[in-house]
Amino acid sequence: MKNLNLASIAGLMALVLAPVFISFTANSADKAEINTLATLRDHTEIDVQKEPNRIPKVVNKDIKQARNYPMQPPIIPHTIRSYEVNKNNNKCMSCHSRQRTEESQAPMVSVTHYMNRDGNFLAEISPRRYFCNQCHVTQLDAKPLVENTFVDMHSLMKQKTTSAKEH
Amino acid sequence: MTINRREFIKANAVAAAAAVAGVSVPAVASNLITSSDITKLKWDKAACRFCGTGCSVNVGVMDGKVVATHGDIKSPVNKGLSCVKGYFLSKIMYGKDRLTSPLLRMTNGKYDKEGEFTPISWDQAFDVMAEKAKDALKKDGPEALGMFGSGQWTVQEGYAAVKLYKAGFRTNNIDPNARHCMASAVGGFMRTFGIDEPMGCYDDLEAADAFVLWGSNMAEMHPILWTRLTDRRLSAPHVKVAVLSTFEHRSFDLADNGMVFTPQTDLAILNYIANYIIKTGRVNKDFVNKHTNFRLGETDIGYGLRPEHELEQKAKNNGKTKGSSTPISFDEYAKFVSTYTVEYTAKLSGVPEHKLEALAELYADPKIKVTSFWTMGFNQHTRGVWANNLCYNIHLLTGKISTPGNSPFSLTGQPSACGTAREVGTFSHRLPADMVVANPKHRAIAEKIWDLPEGTIPPKPGYHAVLQNRMLKDGKLNFYWVQCNNNMQAAANINEEVYPGYRNPKNFIIVSDPYPTVTAQAADLILPTAMWVEKEGVYGNAERRTQSWYQMVKAPEGAKSDMWQLVEFSKRFNIEDVWPEELIAKKPEVRGKTLFDVLYKDSSVGKFSLDEIPEDRLNDESRDFGFYIQKGLFEEYASFGRGHAHDLAPYDRYHQERGLRWPVVNGKETKWRFKEGSDPYVKPGSGWDFYGKKDGRAIIFALPYEPAAESPDEEYDLWLSTGRVLEHWHSGSMTQRVPELYKAMPDALVYMHPDDAKARGMRRGDLVKLISRRGEVQTRVETRGRNKPPVGLVFMPWFDASRLVNKVTLDATDPLSKETDYKKCAIKIVKV
Repeated sequence: MKNLNLASIAGLMALVLAPVFISFTANSADKAEINTLATLRDHTEIDVQKEPNRIPKVVNKDIKQARNYPMQPPIIPHTIRSYEVNKNNNKCMSCHSRQRTEESQAPMVSVTHYMNRDGNFLAEISPRRYFCNQCHVTQLDAKPLVENTFVDMHSLMKQKTTSAKEH
Repeated sequence: MTINRREFIKANAVAAAAAVAGVSVPAVASNLITSSDITKLKWDKAACRFCGTGCSVNVGVMDGKVVATHGDIKSPVNKGLSCVKGYFLSKIMYGKDRLTSPLLRMTNGKYDKEGEFTPISWDQAFDVMAEKAKDALKKDGPEALGMFGSGQWTVQEGYAAVKLYKAGFRTNNIDPNARHCMASAVGGFMRTFGIDEPMGCYDDLEAADAFVLWGSNMAEMHPILWTRLTDRRLSAPHVKVAVLSTFEHRSFDLADNGMVFTPQTDLAILNYIANYIIKTGRVNKDFVNKHTNFRLGETDIGYGLRPEHELEQKAKNNGKTKGSSTPISFDEYAKFVSTYTVEYTAKLSGVPEHKLEALAELYADPKIKVTSFWTMGFNQHTRGVWANNLCYNIHLLTGKISTPGNSPFSLTGQPSACGTAREVGTFSHRLPADMVVANPKHRAIAEKIWDLPEGTIPPKPGYHAVLQNRMLKDGKLNFYWVQCNNNMQAAANINEEVYPGYRNPKNFIIVSDPYPTVTAQAADLILPTAMWVEKEGVYGNAERRTQSWYQMVKAPEGAKSDMWQLVEFSKRFNIEDVWPEELIAKKPEVRGKTLFDVLYKDSSVGKFSLDEIPEDRLNDESRDFGFYIQKGLFEEYASFGRGHAHDLAPYDRYHQERGLRWPVVNGKETKWRFKEGSDPYVKPGSGWDFYGKKDGRAIIFALPYEPAAESPDEEYDLWLSTGRVLEHWHSGSMTQRVPELYKAMPDALVYMHPDDAKARGMRRGDLVKLISRRGEVQTRVETRGRNKPPVGLVFMPWFDASRLVNKVTLDATDPLSKETDYKKCAIKIVKV
């Protein structure tokens, strides 16, 4: 309610003062925009702070996300709140271990996870891969602040096959 | 065990996924591209861009773009693994807001401190920089010039910068951000051993019977070392892990003995362990008699604040004597630590007696091989050098040092904090190979290697990191260049001691960065910078491993590497612009030459031809300057350490190896220093030889517990600790631009004990303000999750550019190392 009032007052003022201030406000807005270029601060001066957004929720849809390249560790498409992974328990393995996947229909951990430092296969998941969250992370429902222009190798290959066909 | 994870959701997810994908038929064979011409990736090795672990990664390039990265199976460090940041290296160079043009604050086509950032050419950028530097030189001399560099610079970049500033501009006002990170570790090494960097190596991880983590959350900050430690702990059931911290974090998940102590009381715990070893008769007398000396250190040394601060007024010994010590006997030492009884220490630290005893026993039992790891908990500490010294004490008392598994191991934070900051000596008091500017013999050695007249290098140590900010504010440092770091976000007490200096009208601030960071925003001139595999370079990791990589892709048009910027800028100065006539007269042949000629092209830096660069390799800098500059800089730098226990291999060999641990003597790397049989520098027949000290003996220091600079009181009733997180590298300028990493950890929250939140009427997610005597920052409350602080302490990481926790922190430093204590200050938290 408070915000609404302020907004309408500002609107009213803008309406009244518009002819005088229009060029001034445009310039100072540009300057502020240009000079507050720290993208991750969303155009905010260093000595002030924007109100922090709410804590986003963990994406919990169980839908696999395509990987950026084959060796990328897949992200976790579900919440892992109160999952214990410590020296006595590894909750993740209660669905993702080889023995459990038939029942859980969760993807089995990659075969690389059964290899020790020297590349030999073990009967159980390698202790060096024990703490899953060193590589696998959940995603919060937050919109990235900056776009990333990384190009998937598959797009590059497709371009090449297309141009090869054209020639 | 039954399946208990949301079976219902799972059943639905299959259908949902098919619907989203829009396909119910398998992909047909024609969708696959099989032609090897098209699918071919060019793979090459590089050191990871992030932490001090120094993993090797394979980088896949297609059509001039990095398209994949993964852990290098051939690397002894990581054997094919990466952490989540490492796996996403492929995307760090591709944030959409990469800078591609120099930007100068201008009004009406002219530089204006209050003007708007305006794109200009590189020529124009160097013009204005040269004008400002020459003005400052003329007006106030070399001390008005300064630079803040990085433990993320390549070795060559750091070396080029040291030469430009210390020999070219003749000022020692150059310091790296590593000052914030491991200056206390350096201080500890120099004081105890007289030579810098760990004696052990990562092979200790597979050899130790016990690990003790002191102020190191390795699970998040050195994830690949943590995989090796986990591997050892879980594969060998007798192995024990003890973890000490001021709050519970992920490394506690593996702890057999987890201990949360009251901030600053680690000093008392370390002395208690020494006392326990003595009282239970487990001193290794033979080792102690042959290889150590005892000394009593100066106390009450202040907190590295401005001299007028009341704490500095009160301190008795914060002047020149603060690092001094006097010899004492073993008995005097034993008496000194005897006050640190288990009862006293348990009461002071809040750690139960039985836990302290179990910890002490790991060190005391002669049958247990013990490795201590520490990072910022020790180093970012107003008694950081002491904490390092005290940890060496307990390894020296028991002789558990320099043999496989017996290792006091200081881990570094940054990828080349060891390589570039420490070994090259980019500090305000240092020269390459552990030498210092204050020592006339050391200056003479450097002047000889650089082929410059005697008296070129100024003897007075320059401004260190924290002092640089103070001097900017005071208007004494007027031309200031920041490369490869984000200090407006990283430095403590932003409001009072950082921001004012950058915006002081007397100063001209240049910031080189790939991205528009918070620091760039505070600059007057921004230089767009090439990064990582867009250039050739060398990094040195925490186990003395030196690793190189080739340039693999071109930088975005307009962006140039830090090294190119430094060397190209040197062309703007004739020797007459920077040196006084009497110095030039000692070497008249430099007359009329530029700094580029004298420091680089005509020196030994310029002696390697472009023919040495493989034809299929990019190397934009060398091809621009006309000689193989990365090799020239490396080889000249390496000549400082060869034959002096810092030997590096020939440059070309590093392109073939997954790194080598120095000293590399007769082509062989060194795993454990100071031990006969594994270190070629050890005197035969000595067993151990701490040759950094003239008598070959390391020092055991008597140093007490002293309180923190600022502790909670009635009004500011909570301890604040800051730190990093697994998903982001430092200030997040690279990793916050990778969508997967951003979404994994988008915002810096304040981690609080639920009782502390409740007592203040707060719940998870509430908007709150952290307030100290210096400033405030807003964020949201987190009462669950990976960090579990005790009542009375909160943790907030500093990676978030939009929530600058360093507006709140205190710029108190260790008076010996000048490193800031980011782990302790007093705050209050209120609801917004």
